[in-house]
Amino acid sequence: MSRKLPAKDVVIIGLGWTGSILAQELTDAGLDVVAIERGPWRDTASDFPPSYSPDELRYRLRHELFLRPAQASLTFRNNLDQTALPVRSWGAFMLGNGAGGAGVHWNAETWRFAPTDFAFKSHVTQRYGAKVLPEDMTIQDWGIGYDELEPHYDRFEYLCGTSGTAGNLKGALQNGGNPFEGPRSRPYPTPAQKQPFSHTLFAEAARNLGYKPFPQPSGNLSQAYTNPLGVQMGPCTYCGFCEWFGCGNYSKATPQTTILPVLVRKPNFEARMECEVTRINLDRGGKRATGVTYVDSSGEEWEQPAELVLLCAFQLFNVQLLLLSGIGTPYDPKSGRGQIGRNFSHQTVSTATGFFDKAKFNFNPFVSSGSIGMCIDEFNGDNFDHGPHGFVGGGYMGQVQTNGRPIEMTQQLPPGTPAWGARWKQAVKDNYLSTVYAGTGVHGACASYRTNYLDLDPTWKDRFGRPLLRMTMDLHDNELRMSAFLTDKYAEIIQAMGANQVAKQPRKGPYDITKYQTSHLCGGAIMGTDPGNSALNRYLQSWDVPNLFVQGASAFPQNAGYNPTGTVAALAYWSAKAIREKYLKNPGRPIDA
Amino acid sequence: MRSPTALRLVLAVLALAGCRATEAAEGPQDFGRTDRGRYLTIVGDCAACHTQQGSSQQFAGGRPIETPFGTLLAPNITPDRETGIGAWTDDEFVGALTRGTGRGGAHLYPAMPYPSMTKLSRDDALTIRAYLNSVPPAHHPVVANQLPFPFSIRLGMAAWDALYFTPGAFQPVAGKSEEWNRGAYLVEGPMHCGACHTPKNFLGGDKSASHLQGYALQGWFAPNITNDARSGLGHWTTGEIVAYLKSGHTAGAAASGPMAEEVALSSSKMADADLQAVAVYLKDQPGQDQPAPAAPSDTVMTAGAAIYADECSACHASTGTGVPGLFPALAGASGVQSSDPASLLHVVLRGTRSVATETAPTAPAMPSFAWLLSDDQVAAVATYVRNAWGNAAPAVTGSDVGHARRDLAERTD
Repeated sequence: MSRKLPAKDVVIIGLGWTGSILAQELTDAGLDVVAIERGPWRDTASDFPPSYSPDELRYRLRHELFLRPAQASLTFRNNLDQTALPVRSWGAFMLGNGAGGAGVHWNAETWRFAPTDFAFKSHVTQRYGAKVLPEDMTIQDWGIGYDELEPHYDRFEYLCGTSGTAGNLKGALQNGGNPFEGPRSRPYPTPAQKQPFSHTLFAEAARNLGYKPFPQPSGNLSQAYTNPLGVQMGPCTYCGFCEWFGCGNYSKATPQTTILPVLVRKPNFEARMECEVTRINLDRGGKRATGVTYVDSSGEEWEQPAELVLLCAFQLFNVQLLLLSGIGTPYDPKSGRGQIGRNFSHQTVSTATGFFDKAKFNFNPFVSSGSIGMCIDEFNGDNFDHGPHGFVGGGYMGQVQTNGRPIEMTQQLPPGTPAWGARWKQAVKDNYLSTVYAGTGVHGACASYRTNYLDLDPTWKDRFGRPLLRMTMDLHDNELRMSAFLTDKYAEIIQAMGANQVAKQPRKGPYDITKYQTSHLCGGAIMGTDPGNSALNRYLQSWDVPNLFVQGASAFPQNAGYNPTGTVAALAYWSAKAIREKYLKNPGRPIDA
Repeated sequence: MRSPTALRLVLAVLALAGCRATEAAEGPQDFGRTDRGRYLTIVGDCAACHTQQGSSQQFAGGRPIETPFGTLLAPNITPDRETGIGAWTDDEFVGALTRGTGRGGAHLYPAMPYPSMTKLSRDDALTIRAYLNSVPPAHHPVVANQLPFPFSIRLGMAAWDALYFTPGAFQPVAGKSEEWNRGAYLVEGPMHCGACHTPKNFLGGDKSASHLQGYALQGWFAPNITNDARSGLGHWTTGEIVAYLKSGHTAGAAASGPMAEEVALSSSKMADADLQAVAVYLKDQPGQDQPAPAAPSDTVMTAGAAIYADECSACHASTGTGVPGLFPALAGASGVQSSDPASLLHVVLRGTRSVATETAPTAPAMPSFAWLLSDDQVAAVATYVRNAWGNAAPAVTGSDVGHARRDLAERTD
């Protein structure tokens, strides 16, 4: 039996990037906001001080910052014929936990999606004809355009102090930037990070091959920065402990280093940590959310009533909470009907590792940052003619090597090297300083398909007795062909850098839940313009329960060939603006398109 | 205000009864008067001692105050009649605040800064009372005196007062500007800066010849705040002093430890003009610049430089310049060159967090290195930062660090 708490204007489920952004925007609008977060409070000062945060064993291998599978997990299968089993150790993706969410451990690669990405289906069918799309591919347009999102990308980049070189300023192409990017209204707030040797060499080789390399937009800052909220960040020290780690130097953009210091000072904001929301409550008609029920760390159950509910958990758990709360219709892959769980997608990443002559090349790979890198965008989206290739989509590629950490780097050895013993040791000595190893050198898109989806597992339950989420996911020919093509192109550049040997690792099926790819899961509660094929309208407002907004990558109808956080955050600002300027004038009602 | 109306009425009448006729005209219900008292209460940082940390009962007392002689608990100064000061007469209140005489003539201990508060006029004191009468009365008995014998004998304070206490309201100094005199009043009076920053003798009396030149307390060294060039404010502009008191930060310095609390509760809420006056006055306080000590040995400096490069330079920069507003500068920093290295050792061994304020919300922190560095290593790196980049301060020894480590380990804060 839960105890009922006094009502709030807004309850936010999850205090990661989107929860922090929405809390900041809505407390500014004068609303009384409570954020309920499953994980612990995390803070730079107390949780990742630079005196011990660069600990590869603790954070990278033992998953210190991540959700514990014993607290919440999911089941997995590749297709409808299999029986899903629970994931007991994270593999293909990492699930953030606590204040800051996955925004704590991300690499801070701060991309915008390309203008064509938001209407990808319309674009490719117009250019290549409808037949280019496989029958079971379920991609669809987003219902929002790049121009509408541009001011919100801009806000996020200025919040974070993003370091980069503009490629397109108000339509005018800029030297040194990405010529394929959408027009930006102003330059990046800080200049691009300095690039280490191998990254510079990649750019040179790419330029010689006729491409236009540019520095990866980075949330690891090139210089000190004070954001519009007055929060200060320091310059990145290129320590090479970004992804999987918290930044102890205040130089990686995270909710902790950009928003939370301001948010925690506000009297109309409250955060309840280590409290897990178990369901969103609905009124008798099922058309209005009355608040949430959650369980605190003592096992006590509470009901938090609120006028407005914002679902800001990670993509998977957004979908699970919708299903558990009976909001919307669960997706059925056989009939194709139902909206919750459909269009689940991930990212098709691959790489090629280059082994160089140690007498000529010393890359000092430990000098690095999470979003360092020189990239090219010639093979992303529809920036090239797909006509002869038999697939749609693409990805950016680059030398984006983030580290030279000893445990991970000693695994990157020429094919055929034994895994232990004297020859292994010698190979480590010979290759550590002269290997180009970008874990995600090729960052490919991933389309959505009829049989890639999320639903509730019929067998496995969590610690509260609720069904686990079940993931049904496999790679399809379109993505496999794309990965082979992109990896070849990437390997050519690595070869042109002067490598002795290039080991190509294109993505191969079946989808492997145990091998890390990226944490860029998306879909399952997608946005659109038609309640018949989407869960949310273009303001991320639930079609079924208008006082519920669902933030995050769960709204992506499919994934593009870029890292998603910039778009996740831009959508959060876009949604917040709609709530402030439209929804609150007529609360409880669908916002007119 | 949650107190029942009837009780508040009684309090109001009682308070009025204690006032002289002229004051009655602008009694405790006069907003301007209560508000002036509120401001003086902020300037005096009364809440730092009289409000228990984390308590919602403002001024209900109970917070332990460390002294070299033992611990005192700050009393309840809410208008509660039984456990607070609601039943006190105005004369009793003014006596306690400005002369250290408690109810019935008992002597207060100078942990209550009456040697500074004596600079307040009776009228200023009574505005504070007017404000305190407006806060909710809290029934919260506090036994203030927790001192061991013989310090527990309050009568001893009569002798102490005779030696170290000069009563009397502030008198402006002729020939100095109005601003200087305002600063002098604030610093020597309600702000009671000297309570922490002036060295004390073995009986806890001020060493008046070294006024505001720094004193070790609570595991920190409250630094020299005279215009002393190396370890004082000689290189600070008045604008920097104002920014520091207002936001807790300047480009090169950050308030932490007890000063962080002072900024948060008191100076960040003070008027800019008052902070400017404070800065003008402090900049006019002569220091006693000591000649630079002998340079430490090359061996220690080499070891310190290596540790600094590995553990410190990522934030504080190899040039010791830090990151403006975020990571304090060490080169030229007065706090680093204090004669007593207690604060430097405190932040290296224990780490610390700077203060968050409205204009500087980030509150960056320094991690603890106690687990990582030995006493000799801490001594080497501390000696290095005290003597690199043109800095000069006495070397720190491994045994200094050992003492600091033991003292800090025993602290409960």
